[in-house]
Parts: sequence; structure tokens; C-alpha cells
Amino acid sequence: MTALTPAERDPGAPLLRATGLTKRFPGVVALDDVGLEVRAGECVAVVGENGAGKSTLMKVLAGIHEPDAGSIAWRGEPVRIDSVQRAGALGIVLIHQELELCENLSVGANVLLGREPHGRFGWMSPRGVDAAARPFLERVGLRVAPSASLASLAIGQQQLVEIAKALSQDAALLIMDEPTSSLSFEESERLFGLIEDLRAQGVAILYISHRLEEVERLADRVVGMRDGRNSGELRRGGIDARGMVRLMVGRDLEVRPRQRHGVDGPPRLRVRGLRTTTWPGESVDLEVRSGEIVGLAGLVGSGRTEFLETLFGARPAVGVPAIEVAGRAQPTRSWSIRAAVAAGLALVPEDRKRCGAVLEMTIRENATLASLPEHKVAACGLLGVLDRRKERDTAETVRQRLGVRCASVEQRVAQLSGGNQQKVVLGKWLTRDAGVLLLDEPTRGVDVAAKDEIYQRMEELAARGVGLVFASSELPEVLALADRILVFHDGAVVGELPGDGATEEQVMQLAATGVGARAEESR
Amino acid sequence: MIDRKLLGIVAVLAAVVVAASLQSSNFLSGGNLETLLYRTSLYGIISIGAAFVIVTGGIDLSIGSMICLVGLSLPYLTVGCGWPVVVAVPVALGLSIALGWFHGFLVTRLDLQPFVVTLCGLLLYRGIARWITEDRSLGFGTGEYSWMTDLVETRWEIAGGFAIRPPMLLLLAVAVASSLFLTRSIYGRYLLALGRNREATRLSGIRTDRMVVVAYVVCAGLAGLGGLLFVLDGNGGKATSLGNFYELYAIAGAVLGGCSLRGGEASIPGVVLGAALMQVLWSAIRQTDLSTELEFAVVGGVILAWVVAEELLRRLGRRRRAAG
Repeated sequence: MTALTPAERDPGAPLLRATGLTKRFPGVVALDDVGLEVRAGECVAVVGENGAGKSTLMKVLAGIHEPDAGSIAWRGEPVRIDSVQRAGALGIVLIHQELELCENLSVGANVLLGREPHGRFGWMSPRGVDAAARPFLERVGLRVAPSASLASLAIGQQQLVEIAKALSQDAALLIMDEPTSSLSFEESERLFGLIEDLRAQGVAILYISHRLEEVERLADRVVGMRDGRNSGELRRGGIDARGMVRLMVGRDLEVRPRQRHGVDGPPRLRVRGLRTTTWPGESVDLEVRSGEIVGLAGLVGSGRTEFLETLFGARPAVGVPAIEVAGRAQPTRSWSIRAAVAAGLALVPEDRKRCGAVLEMTIRENATLASLPEHKVAACGLLGVLDRRKERDTAETVRQRLGVRCASVEQRVAQLSGGNQQKVVLGKWLTRDAGVLLLDEPTRGVDVAAKDEIYQRMEELAARGVGLVFASSELPEVLALADRILVFHDGAVVGELPGDGATEEQVMQLAATGVGARAEESR
Repeated sequence: MIDRKLLGIVAVLAAVVVAASLQSSNFLSGGNLETLLYRTSLYGIISIGAAFVIVTGGIDLSIGSMICLVGLSLPYLTVGCGWPVVVAVPVALGLSIALGWFHGFLVTRLDLQPFVVTLCGLLLYRGIARWITEDRSLGFGTGEYSWMTDLVETRWEIAGGFAIRPPMLLLLAVAVASSLFLTRSIYGRYLLALGRNREATRLSGIRTDRMVVVAYVVCAGLAGLGGLLFVLDGNGGKATSLGNFYELYAIAGAVLGGCSLRGGEASIPGVVLGAALMQVLWSAIRQTDLSTELEFAVVGGVILAWVVAEELLRRLGRRRRAAG
């Protein structure tokens, strides 16, 4: 099928034209004078690094956020999109990365949720719902009975239900956020076919993906975003991975490059054959020397978190990996968080509020949480009586060494800023003298000044002989800090680059396309 | 946070006492105060147990049935089977601890919901107790075993008809030990931390599952201890009635005392005061002109009013902080 070019189909006003969109959040300008145009039947891809403003732009268009400035014209008419309902009435529907469906309801009920055909007093017949839902399911090519339960569907089929739901609302512009992130190869192929069909029916698609090969294949146009601004545009014929990477990288993020002193310390951590349950087919090896900072680069969902959490014993591993800490082989058959902690591993998790800090407790209580047995009164060890003075001393040490800004260590962690919360989480492990520190996105949700402090603490720890492994989606930060960079793609390490001399383009190209991992990927 | 709650419960308690003493001159008599303190001791012990489970974010609905089963096992094993008391008491308490461990095991290892597990316990233990005793009422009689009931009846008179009785000392011991455990031991800290944020606590290398099991064991053990006291207090009992609804009194006492059912928040002094408030309310209803048929409604109304007032005060405080 040869699709008509957008220009031939609709020579008039574009379906959507947004100009000068600006959106500020406390401390950040997420969108800064952004423009976007989408025509009926066109597939426009938006690319950019994490934090470039893609999601905010989509949320503004879908009525989740209201812009602080700028205007949106829909089919040539100026409109104000102040709610998801308003966006839906216009025909703009956002399909989230995490599907928003009710697993307990039938497929048909999900498609028509909130718009069920009903009689008086709200009575509805299941058969009526099924009949009304059927044409939309046919349009997306989903061959399941509308009465089937949603939970019985594979994730790819559930996504088609989500699209059918959008079509039942007369969607003219479908916004898809990382639609293939949890789909299999075949499911993705089917989705691409459907996207082509929808375009032929005149539906416009706004497509966000980190997977450049998909974008290359689907998009009529690629819009780049960087630091909340437009960073350029590519048109069909001129769309290639290299060009897209150029649109994405080069952010104005000031990270002072670190003084690297050529690490030749003894190996602190050696991991062989670690397999995660998410990617059981990929085996990851890692070696970290004393005083070394290893950066794990990759896109969101590339398997870095799973790797770190499995290494730390917080998730079960597939098979039995070999883990050596400071030269000693570890009992990985019965690997657990406690075993990892006892071996000298420490983890600063990605989700600070859910997994890192106990927000309702004080700084003191958080700082000593991982080392409470060392804060017992020696005389009555079995009863576990807390030595309050010792506890306060530890908390004060953490506060001073990490520069936690607070009124007192008796303040609740919830009252601190993101950066100071993160320092407390980091501090919890300082009291244990961890030999290997694993950090997952340590500067997420942290303001610029606090970021810099966290970098300094990481460097200090390295200087004292700790081995550090940190995962980060912020490329400039990885390049500035890491002695060595491992790039993850679909659960595998697809490349290793020296921290000195690697460029953002190199890392992004590997992370986005996984070149070098093609053979494994086809499995 | 807890201190403010503690002040609140003290204020409510004082208000009810003043109101009741104005209505009835007998309310503040030594004899009535002794009864109040004595009843508070029995209910306070099971409320403290409930607080341990509530602090983990769980619940134990089986407390009343546990009281029934463990309590009745004492006259059953001694009077009925002729076991010596030094054997029967440890066996009875051991039974409650084993059942508590079983609850904890199901909640942590099989990840079952505490509500469901202990609801089944509620039905199961009372059913077993009724089956074993064939719904007959068991007692200690006046012979060989009657000295046991004297244990809870013993009175060390102080003044004005007020006397100290052994269960009061038992509550004091349990309360002091529990309070120190929660606030001064590392295990208490583990419980409070996991009640607030189980994942962060687990990722700090703490065996959260084991601590949750400990909480269920403590709760069931104290319910068992309470069972022995209640059965001695009543000089025996009947499986159809002993301990009915007591899980709810225990939970109500804990909640009045400042425990949050979301977990992570508990103050043992508060729980004891909460249990005391319940007793003061019952007593006030009986001694004033209020008709006794209203007693449940009054107790329920007061608890609801207290919880609503607390929430409103909390919001007011937050708004003031946001404004300032």
C-alpha cells in the first residue's frame, strides 16, 4: 500500500498547530517556546533525551497540564485544552506507556468505559456493549470476543484495546508514548501495520520512542527536543539514526568533568553471568576496581535497574551468577539483600520515595537504618537496646560529611528537599563502610546545586577506595563522572567505552540502536 | 506527632471522667477506680498486642477467639484433664504463640491478607473451642484449683477502698516492656520503619518478614495471656460467649491511643490510655442515667467523634503550616 503524502491529502490547515508553548514547574522550565504541527494522516515522531520535555509536551496536548503560555489551534480554530475530557472531545487521545485499562472488566467494557450504551436508570445489557465495541476491535484487527476478560489478553493485545478505546472516542490524533516498550517483536510489527492503516484512514499519530529504528521506519517527520526547546526537524528521506542522535544530544547541562587518575586499584567487585528475570537470555558481566566509577548508560527500560537490583539481591537472579567482592567468592546460591549487604554492597535505589527513604521518619532514624545492630548498647546485645547517643553521633556524622541541609537530625526526611533526601539515603550506607556502592539514577529529581554535591560525594568515596557503579539516563553526567561506561540495550551490555574521550553521540547511538547486539535481539 | 495525640487522649479521658463524676457521686470512689483500673489492665494487655500488629500495617481479628480458646484450655486441661498448673499454663500460652506464628507465616510467606487470615482464625478458634468444650461452661470450682482464681482476686488495699490487684502489675510490666521494645530497641525500630515503608526497610538489609512474624506472635501471645486472665476473672467461662467482640475492643483501644491502621505509628502509653477510655466510657454509661441499651452506640459515637476531631485538627495544623 502506498500512502498518499500528507500534502496531497490535506492541503489546508494542519490538524494541530501549537506555538510558543511554555510550561514551568517549580525549579524547572519544562517547555520553553515550543512549536509543533501535525497534519491529518501524518505520523510525527518526537525524539529527545530524558528530561528534554517530550512527556510534558504530550501532557499539555492531552489536557493533563495546562501551558503557562502559548496557543494551540485545532483544525485551524484556537482552542484551550484544559482537561483530558476536553482533549478527548476534540479527538486528541494519549495512550500512556503504562496502559490504563481495567483488568477486571471485559474487553468490550474497557473499550466503551464511561460511554456505555445504556437505557433508562443506567441499565445496560452486556450484549449491547459487546455489539457496540465490536467494530472498533475490528478496526484495530483484534480478533477476540468483546466479552473476553481483559486479563486473559497478552500485553500487545491490551494495547490494541487501548487504541480501540481511543478510536471509539473518534480520535483524530493519537499520541503514543513508548508504545513498543513492553511488546514482543511480532506484537510491535502488528502495531506498525495498524499505525499505517490508521494513517490511511486519516488519523494522525504523534509517536514518542527511544528506538530510533522504529522512528526511522514510521515517521513522516521527526521533531527533536532538547532542554525543553525545539532542536530541529527531519523530513522523510532525511531521517536516519545519526541525524536523530544529533537532534537529541548536546544539552546545556553543566557538569564539571572529573579529574580521572587512571584507576589501577584491586578489583572490588567481579560479576560473571548475571541474568535477570526480565531478560533471562542476557548474561551480564561487570568488573569494578577499587576507586573506580563505572557508569551504566542506556535508555529507560534498558535493564540497568533490573541488573543493579538483581546484583543487590533485591530480585531473584536466573541461574547462579558468580559474584566476587574484594576477591572473595560470594554464596550466590542463596543470594539475598542481607548477603549482599554483609559482603559490603550497598544500593541507592531509583525510586527514592518508595524504596530509598522512610519519609515519615527522622534523619537520624534513616541514617542508622542499615546499621542498627552497630548501634546497640554493648552490654545487652541480645535485647538489642539502642544506644541513642551513638545513633545521634552517626546521624551528625552523616549530616556533616554529606552536607545535609536541615534544622536538626530530628527533622523528618519528608520535609527535606529531594537532594537532601538523597544525601540521607546515601548516608545510610556510609555508616556501614560499604566497599561497593550501587547507585540507580542518583540525581533524579534533585536540583542542580544538589546534583553537584552528590557528584562530589561520589568522587570522594571513589578517592577513598570504594568501587562505584551508577546508572544514569543523563548522558552528560555519565560522561563527566565515569571512568568507564557500559551501555545497556534490551538487558544486554552492548558496548563499553572509556569515560575519557567518549562522546554523547557514541553512547546514544549504542543505547538507542544497540548496534552490536543485533544477533541476540532477533531471539 | 504522637505526643500531641497523647495529650488529646488524656484530654478526652479527663473530660469523660469529669462529666461522669458530676453525674454520679460514686464514680470517683476508691472501689470504682479500682474496678476501672482492673478492667483496663485486662483490656490493655490485648490492646497492646493489637498495636504490635497494627504497627506493621496489619490487623488481627482473631484476638477474641484466641482469648476463648486459650482461656478455656486452662480449666479444660487442669480441672478437666487433671494436668498440673505449671504444665497447663505454658501449654496454653505456647498454643497462642504457635497460632500467632502461623498467622505471621501465612501473611509473609504466602502473602495472604492479614484481614482474611485472622478472620478465618476468628471463626476457626471459636469453633474448635466450642467443639472441644461441647458448649458446656467450664470453671475452676471450689476445690483443688480455686487458688488460681484467687490470684486475680487478690487485693492489696491502699486507701479509701482502692486496692492494687495482680493484673494491674502485669499490665504495667507488659506496657513498660513493650514501650521500651518499640522505642528503645533496634527491633522496635525495624517494626516502625517497615510499617512506614516496607520496601525501603527491606532494601536496607533488614529481614522485614521475620519482624512481621514477631509482631503476630506478640499479638497472639498477649491475647493468650489475656485469655488466661479473663477466664480466671470470670471463674471459668463458656465458649459461646468468652471473648466475643474483644478483638474489636482491642483494636479500638489501640486506635484511640494513636495507632494508625496504615502502620508505622504507635505509642504504648497511648494504647493503655485508649483502653482506659473504653472502660471509663462503659462505666460512665452504667453509673449515669443513660439507658444501658445505648452503651454500644455511645462508645461508637465517642470513638468516631474523636477520630473525626483528630483528622480535622491535623488538617488545620497542616493549613496553618502551609500559610505560615
